[in-house]
Amino acid sequence: MDLRAIGESFIAWLEGLGIPQGWVLLINWILGALIILGIALLMALALIWLERKIAGRIQDRLGPNRVGPFGLIQPIADALKLLTKEDITPADADRITYNLAPAIAVFHVLMLFVVIPFADKVVGANINVGILYLMAFGALGTMAMLMAGWSSRNKYALLGGFRVVAQLFSYEIPIALVMMIPVLLVGSMNLNEIARGQGSLAGLGWYVWIMPAAFLLYFVAALAEGERAPFDLLEAESEIVAGYNIEYSAMKFAWFYLAFFLNTWILSAIATTLFLGGWQGPFVDQVPALGVVYFFLKTLIMFLAFAWVRATFPRLRIDQMMAFCWKVLVPMALALLLGSAIVVKMGTELNLPGVVTNGLMLVMNIVIVLVTLSLLGRYTRTLHETKNKRLFSPELPRL
Amino acid sequence: MTVPLSWYLIFATALFSIGFFGVLARRNAIAVLMGVELMLNAVNVNLVAFWRYLTPTDLSGQIFVVFVFAVAAAEAAVGLALMISIYRTRKSINVDELNELKL
Amino acid sequence: MVGQALFILTAGITLLMALGVVLARNLFHAALFLVGAFFGIAVLFILLEAEFLGAAQIIIYIGAIATLIVFAIMLSRHVMGKEAGAYNRNWYFALAGVVFFFLLLGWLLIKMPFNLVTAEVPADAIAQIGQGFVGHYVVPFEVASVLLLVALIGAIMLARER
Repeated sequence: MDLRAIGESFIAWLEGLGIPQGWVLLINWILGALIILGIALLMALALIWLERKIAGRIQDRLGPNRVGPFGLIQPIADALKLLTKEDITPADADRITYNLAPAIAVFHVLMLFVVIPFADKVVGANINVGILYLMAFGALGTMAMLMAGWSSRNKYALLGGFRVVAQLFSYEIPIALVMMIPVLLVGSMNLNEIARGQGSLAGLGWYVWIMPAAFLLYFVAALAEGERAPFDLLEAESEIVAGYNIEYSAMKFAWFYLAFFLNTWILSAIATTLFLGGWQGPFVDQVPALGVVYFFLKTLIMFLAFAWVRATFPRLRIDQMMAFCWKVLVPMALALLLGSAIVVKMGTELNLPGVVTNGLMLVMNIVIVLVTLSLLGRYTRTLHETKNKRLFSPELPRL
Repeated sequence: MTVPLSWYLIFATALFSIGFFGVLARRNAIAVLMGVELMLNAVNVNLVAFWRYLTPTDLSGQIFVVFVFAVAAAEAAVGLALMISIYRTRKSINVDELNELKL
Repeated sequence: MVGQALFILTAGITLLMALGVVLARNLFHAALFLVGAFFGIAVLFILLEAEFLGAAQIIIYIGAIATLIVFAIMLSRHVMGKEAGAYNRNWYFALAGVVFFFLLLGWLLIKMPFNLVTAEVPADAIAQIGQGFVGHYVVPFEVASVLLLVALIGAIMLARER
């Protein structure tokens, strides 16, 4: 069963009804957009329940268990509660910006769903600058939070806004550099092509095996991009109350909440596509529809990893967060990108077989991780000899 | 390909003029910088339009736009750093009040 | 027809946004209008079949430059305050000059003959751009990278607390 075949037979059926071609195309586009939107929104409800349940179990609690079996209907109950709450706009707020911010926050995440390949060629828009597109609309999220922080006319919201710029801006750099490495290997920015490029060797061709360092780097940077603990300084309750969304209530708050969960899901989906083989899996060539199952399964595993980290680790200090990005992640990402470029070039110049290139890539990744770890280890050992044991403090000896 | 080239050129000219007015007339230095960014964007539109309509097979037009991006980014970074630095010492970034050579 | 309608719609919105940048008294609003104008130009790039530049426009202009501008506005004034006297004394001279400039340039551009070439955009356009950077345009590319490095260091030096 091929998903594309269903779409094509649907188009043929519409044309059979005597509808002109332009309208068929329009109906198809709108239907596609609605399906993606519906999947995204339904999934968000499930993900909220899942994350709360998992976090509860990890922290030795029960998690939601009152509404419905296993508390499954809890997110819907929460949504209803938020709907019936009073919608507050601060008296001095900048009204248009204030109301626009949550809309843009959700819009930018939903736009990201368009280029994710759910199965072979099952993509909203199969554009050949897919990765750039992801980065472009990812950057819009910063703008939405900045607008929310500024327009609320609240000191904590404004501080949250400053933190948004500092954090998301900084972590965009390593994440963008790392996302370029699979592009180097495949030679295309099309996400479907990148997923297809990992099909060799029955799962051993996944880039997570070939470049584990890049995958780990992506994972850490994605934690920060998704505002997840230990990098949730944007909305650190104990420091700036709730950050940029402090003044938002009722449905507008729900929109930020939705954007947050969808953003995490999208980051997992990108990780799946770039490093975990996307829709690749056993028997996917015979039964293409299985690709959707594999894709969602892998994304769910990534999402659970995010939830696990969030439920486990305490929050970093802001200077540690910035220093970790600029002094560890960015140099490491640059080294990885340079190394990958050299390995890929060597592979094409010397006509090496693909396996050898991949092996070299793996060795290069391991070497870079070892060098980074040994540098960090030496640095932390010097910490014990100083009075002030704050990691990455400016007065400490240099790395 | 139904849009005539002249539409793009007129659009770019209008955008450039608007940005130019911002540069000439605004008092706040950041607003002036925003005008400069608009002017650079108008140039980019022109470059891409000329590439598409005159030399679609030679991608030099697009490559030049990327250079303009790099220059615009450098200009924004240095310009904004200057303005923050000036604001710290003068508590104002209105260009008509910054008429001394020293900070 | 559809192409023309799309162009008029996008170009009109972009020009309105650009006017907003220049006319808004509140600097933050001006910056948000600037984001709108950048977005409109990205759409125009895509209409001109330069998808790479459309995406790059959003990353660089909205993701980096506009965000930096908003950040600088938030750092440099009473963040909610309106600007007292948005324009300098000579703004009407500027307006007259700009209108004259627009009319002159527009007239010239309409009069100018161009050798229009109708051809498809090459399928490997992005690859060709990349090859241009490391091939024919390698020196400007390196100079641009040095410029960015200098700007990075310069910005840090300038904005550092003394």
